[in-house]
Amino acid sequence: MKKILHYLKPYISKMTFGLFIKCVGTVMDLSLPWVLAYLIDDVVPAKSLSGIIFWGVAMLVCSALALVFNVGANRMAARVARDMTENLRHDLFFKIASLSCKQVDEKTIPSLQSRLTSDTYNVHQMVGMMQRMGVRAPILLVGGIIITLTLEPTLTLVMAATIPFVALVVWYVSKKSIPMYTGLQSAIDGLVRTVRENISGARVIKALSKTEYEKNRFEDVNSNVVDHEKKAGYTMALTNPFMNLLLNLGLTLVIIAGAFLVNQGLTQPGRIIAFLSYFVIILNAMLMVTHMFVILSKAIASGRRIADVLDTPDDMTVVPAERRETEYHVVFDRVSFSYLGCQDDLSEISFSLKRGETLGIIGLTGSGKSTIINLLMRLYDADSGEILIDGRPVNSIKQKELHTMFGVVFQDDAIFADTLARNIDFGRRLPEEQIERAAELAQASPFIKSLEEGLEHNLTSRGSNLSGGQRQRVLISRALAAEPDILILDDSSSALDYKTDSLLRGAINHHFANTTSIVIAQRISSILHADHILVLKDGKQIGYGNHENLLKSCEMYASLYELGINN
Amino acid sequence: MPEERYTKPKDRKKTLLRLSKYLIRHKWGLFFAAVLTVAGNLFALVGPYLSGRAIDAIGTTAGEVDFKSVFIYCVWIILFYIASSGLTYILSVVMINISQKIVYRMRRDMFDRLSGFPVGAFDVKQAGDIVSRMSYDIDTVNASLSNHLVQICASFITVIVSFVMMMVISPPLVLAFIVTIPVSVIITRYLTRKVRPYFRKRSGKLGEMNGFVEEVITGLKTIKVYHREKVITRRFDRKNTEAVDAYFNADYHGSMVGPCVNFVNNLALTLVSAVGAALFLFGQIMLGDLSAFVLYSRKFSGPINEMANILSELQSSMAAAERVFRLIDEPVESEDEPDAHALEDVKGVVEMKNICFGYGDGKTVINDLNLYVSAGSLVAIVGPTGAGKTTLVNLLMRFYDPQSGIITVDGHDIRKVTRSSLRRSFAMVLQETWLFEGSVYDNIAYGKPGASLEEVTEAAKAAGIHPYISSLPEGYSTILSEEGSNISKGQKQLLTIARAMLADTRMLILDEATSNVDTHTERFIQQAMRKLMRNKTCFVIAHRLSTIRNADTILVVKDGQIAEQGKHNELIEREGIYAGLYSAQFC
Repeated sequence: MKKILHYLKPYISKMTFGLFIKCVGTVMDLSLPWVLAYLIDDVVPAKSLSGIIFWGVAMLVCSALALVFNVGANRMAARVARDMTENLRHDLFFKIASLSCKQVDEKTIPSLQSRLTSDTYNVHQMVGMMQRMGVRAPILLVGGIIITLTLEPTLTLVMAATIPFVALVVWYVSKKSIPMYTGLQSAIDGLVRTVRENISGARVIKALSKTEYEKNRFEDVNSNVVDHEKKAGYTMALTNPFMNLLLNLGLTLVIIAGAFLVNQGLTQPGRIIAFLSYFVIILNAMLMVTHMFVILSKAIASGRRIADVLDTPDDMTVVPAERRETEYHVVFDRVSFSYLGCQDDLSEISFSLKRGETLGIIGLTGSGKSTIINLLMRLYDADSGEILIDGRPVNSIKQKELHTMFGVVFQDDAIFADTLARNIDFGRRLPEEQIERAAELAQASPFIKSLEEGLEHNLTSRGSNLSGGQRQRVLISRALAAEPDILILDDSSSALDYKTDSLLRGAINHHFANTTSIVIAQRISSILHADHILVLKDGKQIGYGNHENLLKSCEMYASLYELGINN
Repeated sequence: MPEERYTKPKDRKKTLLRLSKYLIRHKWGLFFAAVLTVAGNLFALVGPYLSGRAIDAIGTTAGEVDFKSVFIYCVWIILFYIASSGLTYILSVVMINISQKIVYRMRRDMFDRLSGFPVGAFDVKQAGDIVSRMSYDIDTVNASLSNHLVQICASFITVIVSFVMMMVISPPLVLAFIVTIPVSVIITRYLTRKVRPYFRKRSGKLGEMNGFVEEVITGLKTIKVYHREKVITRRFDRKNTEAVDAYFNADYHGSMVGPCVNFVNNLALTLVSAVGAALFLFGQIMLGDLSAFVLYSRKFSGPINEMANILSELQSSMAAAERVFRLIDEPVESEDEPDAHALEDVKGVVEMKNICFGYGDGKTVINDLNLYVSAGSLVAIVGPTGAGKTTLVNLLMRFYDPQSGIITVDGHDIRKVTRSSLRRSFAMVLQETWLFEGSVYDNIAYGKPGASLEEVTEAAKAAGIHPYISSLPEGYSTILSEEGSNISKGQKQLLTIARAMLADTRMLILDEATSNVDTHTERFIQQAMRKLMRNKTCFVIAHRLSTIRNADTILVVKDGQIAEQGKHNELIEREGIYAGLYSAQFC
């Protein structure tokens, strides 16, 4: 929560000013009854018509001022809440964008999504509400208590005896309810996940006629959310009646104590009556406080979830290291890695590429091909061994520098709801010719030209208005557009027909002679002409060399080749 | 995503009507709640009366306090407050229950609708926006239901009681007081009308932002690799600013209602005091009555003030409810024909006659297609990207209906059979692999509920994924993360193949099924597939011609037409499109 409050710091002066205005507005509001009492008690008995008019006008002025000040203060409060939420969300988003892949895996996407939206919203509500109501209640509370103290200190003390109990209730309920709200938020995460799965899997679910099953599954998560919400609601609902009861018990005590005082001639019943009417004000203020308290509990739970992300330590820190003299551009030296930390997903991988060379990686499904490029781009840190680019260990290169070296196409890569041009440019502000050239080389031009708006054609989210092959060509255009130092294609031409695939290969060889490429493929024909070929099996390197060598030395390679030709 | 129009006047009455339909379902619960509210408030009102009596019993002279009466009254006070507190708590519980039931139902209705959407609907809808409707918007409605209803109810009681008391004291003063009521009504109406679009916009912008977040988080890896975190954050900032500005406008305008109504109340108070004082001067009213009247008028305006605040809150839940209902109103797949029968004992004879189809954007994807497929034969569909190959599958499974022509399975028009039985008669492996968060076992058994572990293992072995699964620390119980992000795409595909293998059907659709699997595995799968395909009618879509050389019929689709049709050898001899594609493969 401290972390969240920190975001309010820049607005302290604004808030103080706003609160001050609110104070003035509230005092104006409260001064009305006082003026009224004066009017009735002193002016009216004096039978002075001009006095009545004068004080009547005074009341009008007070009302108008109350209006102006309250509206002004509310506007300020809304502005502070807006600015604070904007900053908080900006930082949270940037933090999420900077999380390492491992951390995203741990936190899960739906949870990150709801933290960014509904949790920040809860905090926003709290900040706004606190400023709007947080002034009135304390003024009424403190004011009421001060007046009762001057009126009848003994009775005030009697009433004050209930305050520790009130505090106890508040403490107990908040202790109980904050974890409940945290639980509620994770139940909502589950709901979000189910909905997302159903959206992405709509086709499969329909094809398998599992709609009813999915409905039942949703019923479960839905009930889970409802149960959590009920539980938190029941607990929270305790505060109000309990406080009411406690304060009214205090009031009864006051009457009894008052009876004794009157009996001893220490006070007048009139004063007790006055005391009781102020007591009502105090009670209302307390109820306002409990209302704020509900919002606060929810916001604290949300605030913790946000802080949890913000406090995640940076994973991929830069470890300074000396540059080594080497003729190679990319080097893997006995690299091993495991995703889950148990069984090695990659073990002892070694290869070296000179600038402009091409490495083909081939292997069975699940043999760790994609893992190699994940490590090269430092999406994950290798457990042992060394990865060098231009003689520098990858973990000594700043993320920015490292990541601008690559042009990459992943399996299942992301396409955003934006124009074709902007999907290729991807926020790098590349000149238009470069984008067109990239599209040309990626063999995407023919289909782009067939579109009415050409490069300005709008894509839908996930590129769902493109066919698989079109999508891959857009992605390859993106990878080629910035003329990368290192080009990585992870099974990125699987949906292309052979003719397009071979045209693409030709274009890359011809125009990117100085770019070191790593091509992962399912088919030998895609990597046949690579300078080096790495054959992987179960995360182990079972063959390394060029095509001719491997045909002789690597049995699996030979059999894969055999299969490819026969097909 | 098309920007929703925020300022268009919506049929508010309709939204209210639909909301009240949800409420009416719980009319007895609501009635009970109303009774509790009245009782709780009356009990609370008895308290001050009793304490007045207690103070009377104290008297004014020292040493003459009637302690017995004081104690008796005090005991009564305590009892009444305990009762009132108890009732308040029960009321809260009742209302929480009702509102949660309603929320549950709304979410369910929304989800039911969602699962009825045609598959194409999700291509244009952002998941984030749907999620936002399901969480944030429904939550807003919930807040209104559980809090505001009770508050409104309680306010009414206070207002009525105060009004009656004021009438009793001095009708002329009520007249002075009443003058201000229209003012307050006009102001409230004006403000709420002004505020409504802001609340609508707040909901909409939040949904948009959520959509953006969803999209971006899913593509995080790509963003990272191109080091575009800052750029994408800047883009997010724009969405964020729009969203918080919408908050600000809604908050600011919403919070104006309170002070404004308060102002009117203060105005009324001033009026009452001045007029009252004047009345007193002319001997029309007693001083004591005047102060009592003022007290009641304060009591009267308190709840009105509160109601004005609630009214602005209600605006936000109305906007939210509108968004919920709008999603529920989206068109879904047409209902099965009333006389639709279930497709049983499918043999797998498929016939397409004069099919014409387009996705509704004016372009024809399939033009006058005719096709006869005998039971147990293998149909391969090939052709350049975007030629309409997937469309055939969409029609076959009735994800879409053709504009003209009919499709029959075993001689039954597929529009005359139930969708679920039609779809259940196919097994399917799609280009997009889809896994959900659950164990490997659950994912494979998805198409055949209650399948034993042996059956699942058998299917996994047949698909060639068994060795991999066994190597996982928890084997078949390993939990796959959402969308299977912790395994490779090839493995995902094998899992979905295993899923298709387990579902024992007479018809099979393979869409690009093996394009992400290496040649070795592909061959392995093909062997298993051939076993699986025996006696099944199979539709295979593939770019890799190797997959389909043994097909009984090869359809070459080009520009929405069946350009060529025949067996592999025939087509090669013809030296047409197919022959061209085939030779290009080995260039």
